[in-house]
Amino acid sequence: MADLDRQRGIHIEGLRKRYGQGDTAVDALKGVDMTVAPGEVVGLIGPSGSGKSTLLKCLGAVIEPSAGRMTLGGETIYDDGWRIHDLRALRRDKIGFIFQAPYLIPFLDVTDNVALLPMLAGRSNAESRRMALELLQALDVAHRAKAMPSQLSGGEQQRVAIARALVSRPPVILADEPTAPLDSERALAVVRILNRMAQQFATAIIVVTHDEKIIPTFQRIYHIRDGRTHEEAGAGRAFD
Amino acid sequence: MISLAGRDILHAWGKFAFTGVGLGLLVGVTLTMAGVYRGMVDDARVLLDNSGADLWVVQQDTLGPYAESSSLPDDTWRSIRNLHGVARVANVTYLTMQVRTVAPTPPREVRAMVVGISADGVGQPGHPGYLVAGRHITRSHYEAVADIATRFQLGDRVRIRRNVYTVVGLTRRMVSSGGDPMLFVPIKDAQAAQFLKDNDALLRSRGRTAQNPTLNRPGVPGLLEAVLATQTSNSSVNAVLVQVEAGTDAETVAAPIRRWKRFTVYTRAQMQEILIAKLIATSARQIGMFLVILAAVSAAIVAFIIYTLTMGKIREIAVLKLIGTRNRTIAAMILQQALGLGVIGFVVGKISATVWAPYFPKYVLLEPGDALRGFIAVMLICIVASALAIQAALKVDPAEAIGG
Ligand SMILES: Nc1ncnc2c1ncn2[C@@H]1O[C@H](COP(=O)(O)OP(=O)(O)OP(=O)(O)O)[C@@H](O)[C@H]1O
Ligand SMILES: [Mg+2]
Repeated sequence: MADLDRQRGIHIEGLRKRYGQGDTAVDALKGVDMTVAPGEVVGLIGPSGSGKSTLLKCLGAVIEPSAGRMTLGGETIYDDGWRIHDLRALRRDKIGFIFQAPYLIPFLDVTDNVALLPMLAGRSNAESRRMALELLQALDVAHRAKAMPSQLSGGEQQRVAIARALVSRPPVILADEPTAPLDSERALAVVRILNRMAQQFATAIIVVTHDEKIIPTFQRIYHIRDGRTHEEAGAGRAFD
Repeated sequence: MISLAGRDILHAWGKFAFTGVGLGLLVGVTLTMAGVYRGMVDDARVLLDNSGADLWVVQQDTLGPYAESSSLPDDTWRSIRNLHGVARVANVTYLTMQVRTVAPTPPREVRAMVVGISADGVGQPGHPGYLVAGRHITRSHYEAVADIATRFQLGDRVRIRRNVYTVVGLTRRMVSSGGDPMLFVPIKDAQAAQFLKDNDALLRSRGRTAQNPTLNRPGVPGLLEAVLATQTSNSSVNAVLVQVEAGTDAETVAAPIRRWKRFTVYTRAQMQEILIAKLIATSARQIGMFLVILAAVSAAIVAFIIYTLTMGKIREIAVLKLIGTRNRTIAAMILQQALGLGVIGFVVGKISATVWAPYFPKYVLLEPGDALRGFIAVMLICIVASALAIQAALKVDPAEAIGG
């Protein structure tokens, strides 16, 4: 079971990232190990400059690690210098992204913002929109399906962004400070949604955060300091 | 897949409409410039068509009568008329000048080409073929037929040099190669207008002749009178127009006139070449210069606006790339927006050119072929102009969406 989960979730081993070369080289990651099982939401915290964003970019397949192994959803992405060919398709099919700000596409309505991903993957417009509506319903924003992003409240926008991250049922979701702009009630609501979605869709979710309000909710937390991770049990405070 | 470009245009339609209208006015000016050139070519063609001539006989070694001045003795036509293959000949004079109405008042001035034609020669080369009102010239003095573009009315009285003429007929689309409307008058009057000296000049020249001892010899009575008579006669014309008999090659008629009569003769094709290649060539280059500048300005506007619109979407483009949008899709989005702008611009331009063309003082001929070429040019300009924005968009790093 543990092996299967390792394969299907996120698994990284000895991940290193060096920016630049020679005298000015910066070792942002110095051998990171991390495992997140499907259905699990883990926190990633650390002081400024510790390498959180670098790790997230490696996981998100937008920068290449210098060394180490990484598998996402059972697929090997990097293996000591080797990498899979099509990172763009990997991002599209395997990874959902949630940012600090929702970054919705301003000229698409809520439905099409969410449906865009399946459309890009080649699904028909009708099917993509059906998939989008299903998620919007699950996230309680279906009533705003025809609205433009600028007409939504901040919380609604963030839920739409979550729907977008989830719509192609990626095995992995990477969330970068998803609750930063939200008040504590809304922040907890977002975490609750992420937990529910993780379980419902068997998604492995990593949440990078500074947010004291939500840190106690994680079952497991990875601390990152000076380019290395330490795992720690979280408070895992249940929701009511 | 939905059209990202289309959605963005609908979302920011105000910006697009505004830019499109601005571009459209430029396109309109461009199409009009092309129309001005076509109008000039058409004026030249109409000038030749309406003259009804197959050959133009002019002063030797001149490009007359339209492109250069030319003068021939006014009895030249007699010797040409009898040549083999000649059907009709006619003297003609051309003089572009300011013509002023004296009645009705207030007086109005029009720049017109005064054409001298023989009064009895309806149907001869050089005559206004078709009248929209009134009648042809029947008297050999002081009657005129005007092109309607002069805005003269039947019965108007107009002054040319010392004489006043009554407008008895109106014709249309009879213009000089410069686009000035024609005013037909009897050839005797036209010759006087062109060659006759004013009274003071006549007096002075008589005085000079009388003082010249070789011309005013005491022992030769009548010599001075004879010399003075030749000096004051105005027996020149600018050209002789020749119609050849049906089925005769104009060039075979022209050859003997050149060889034996010592005149320069142009066929219809040669005349057209003179008008278009020589007379309006500078204007054409002038317009060509304008077209180049307008194209460059349009390209700069499209490039600037597309670049600005794209820069305003950098964050969205990074997100699109992060979630797996192909570069091709993003480039297509920007390109389609540029083309959309081009289509708006072309439609606005075509409409505005069509609306304002009739108000131009000279003939503006908007040809569908030019519109098509203009459309293609606008599209090409938009493609080129979007290159900068596309390049900027492709450089966006998807990692930017994640941030620091
Ligand atoms: N593109 C880069 N080139 C060189 N060095 C970089 C680059 N990006 C990050 N770094 C360095 O790598 C280290 C880790 O940076 P990173 O952005 O991952 O930190 P972080 O944990 O996200 O910090 P913060 O909480 O402030 O966002 C820092 O020392 C940073 O200066
Ligand atoms: Mg960071």
